[in-house]
Amino acid sequence: MRRKNLTQFFGFGFLYLAMLLALMSLGLILYFVSVNGLKVLSWEFLTQVPRRAMTQGGIAPALVGTIYLTVGAILFALPIGIACAIYLCEYSPKSVIINVIRMSINNLAGVPSVVFGLFGLSVFVKFFGFGVSILSGSLTLGIMILPGIISAAQEALLAVPQSLREASLALGATQWQTIRKIVLPTASPGILTGVILSVGRAAGETAPIMFTAATFYTRGYPKSIFDEVMALPYHIYALMTEGTFPEQQTLIAYGCAFLLMLIVLIISGFAIFLRQRQRRYEFV
Amino acid sequence: MSDTIRMKAEHIDFYYGAKQTLKDVSMNIYKNRVTSIIGPSGCGKSTFIRLLNRMNDLIPNTRMEGKILLDDINIYEPDTDIVEIRRKVGMVFQKPNPFPKSIRENLIFGLKVNGVKDRDIIEERVEKSLTEAAIWDEVKDRLDESALRLSGGQQQRLCIARCLSIEPEVILFDEPCASLDPISTKRIEELIEKLKDKYTIVIVTHNMQQAARVSDNTAFLYLGELIEFGATEKIFTVPEDSRTEEYISGKFG
Repeated sequence: MRRKNLTQFFGFGFLYLAMLLALMSLGLILYFVSVNGLKVLSWEFLTQVPRRAMTQGGIAPALVGTIYLTVGAILFALPIGIACAIYLCEYSPKSVIINVIRMSINNLAGVPSVVFGLFGLSVFVKFFGFGVSILSGSLTLGIMILPGIISAAQEALLAVPQSLREASLALGATQWQTIRKIVLPTASPGILTGVILSVGRAAGETAPIMFTAATFYTRGYPKSIFDEVMALPYHIYALMTEGTFPEQQTLIAYGCAFLLMLIVLIISGFAIFLRQRQRRYEFV
Repeated sequence: MSDTIRMKAEHIDFYYGAKQTLKDVSMNIYKNRVTSIIGPSGCGKSTFIRLLNRMNDLIPNTRMEGKILLDDINIYEPDTDIVEIRRKVGMVFQKPNPFPKSIRENLIFGLKVNGVKDRDIIEERVEKSLTEAAIWDEVKDRLDESALRLSGGQQQRLCIARCLSIEPEVILFDEPCASLDPISTKRIEELIEKLKDKYTIVIVTHNMQQAARVSDNTAFLYLGELIEFGATEKIFTVPEDSRTEEYISGKFG
């Protein structure tokens, strides 16, 4: 009896420690990024272009660039991802080929981001001739987050009870009406969860935009989707690896990191808001 | 009593993959009558009723042979408009399955997909079908609340109202009381009683008393075969087949 209790004590203790460790690393990241980042954060930092070899002024163009790239990636990947998932779950006949497609999509999710970067460079920048631009970067990031969105959307669609589809069809709805008005709205909270996870990834990745969209310095803001942009993750990378004033640059990099977290939080917050709104009819 | 045939099954064989679940089933479904289908679990009664509005089309690896006629037209002809069939032949399912939307939206959905756009007509039909399904008084002040907040029995009556909203001609009930308490079951039985003036009704049930109470005709299915079909009174008092007698007297099932 006592031994059993001891085992349980250690068992729970281990679970508790694991949780604590995860929480602590999150807390430490937030703490260090905030403490260092807040030192440089000011209205000027948010709204000005960089000056004097990045050591003064703000990082506004990078902020804007990251928002463009992230939103662009979502705009591209979300409709295509949902369409793919609908095809795979609702329309396609169950067959070996479909299983192979599913497996490939899951594998695609594990491809390192730098590979997507090279892919974007050869396809969007060179082959389609979009150049190093917001468009190329958004498309590359979009392709990178596509597998995640497809998987999330598939899970969400599969979780919609078959009985709801039957109820809709039995009322004389077509399959398309059933999908559009019943299945998709019911699945949308799950799909939005996928979007939330993807936002963080799209906003934070450096490698995919390094060759396709990002540049270390621009004088102003991009005027069209064919312009190259500054982006926060690449800016952080550049500040930490290049330049002649490492001390000031490190501080600015922390400021950028803090903003990056903030952007992810804001875009995710918007998706969470949408998700809650969609859930208002779910059982409470 | 002049009975008109509304639907007719002719020599139905049905297969799930290689397994045959219905064997040469033929029966008539009469207009404005309640036809019940009874039998032990796995006898094919749900499979059969789902053939009447082509619900089994959704299940992969299945195959049907034979004909099912609605007003003398085979609904399994290749050029059949399935959507039209399902509009005429409504269905209430075993487990209440309201959409995760408001009560009102649950009713409006069927009307919208069938092209009813006029707001006044929609408003009128919502009230009419909820009244017909005997749930109007309970929900009239909370039409914009989630349908999932209703109790199981209320949800099932909402599903019946939803089915009535598009004014079908035949209504299929697939074990509608399987997940309900006795009081809700009683209310639904009373409802079916009332609905047969306007609709032709088929009900699958594993509850023999229910079949005896609500139906005019009863079919007894056993291991995919139709053992006996006839007036409910006769099936429950002087069945012809010994298996029917054994089943209704509770010897198996």
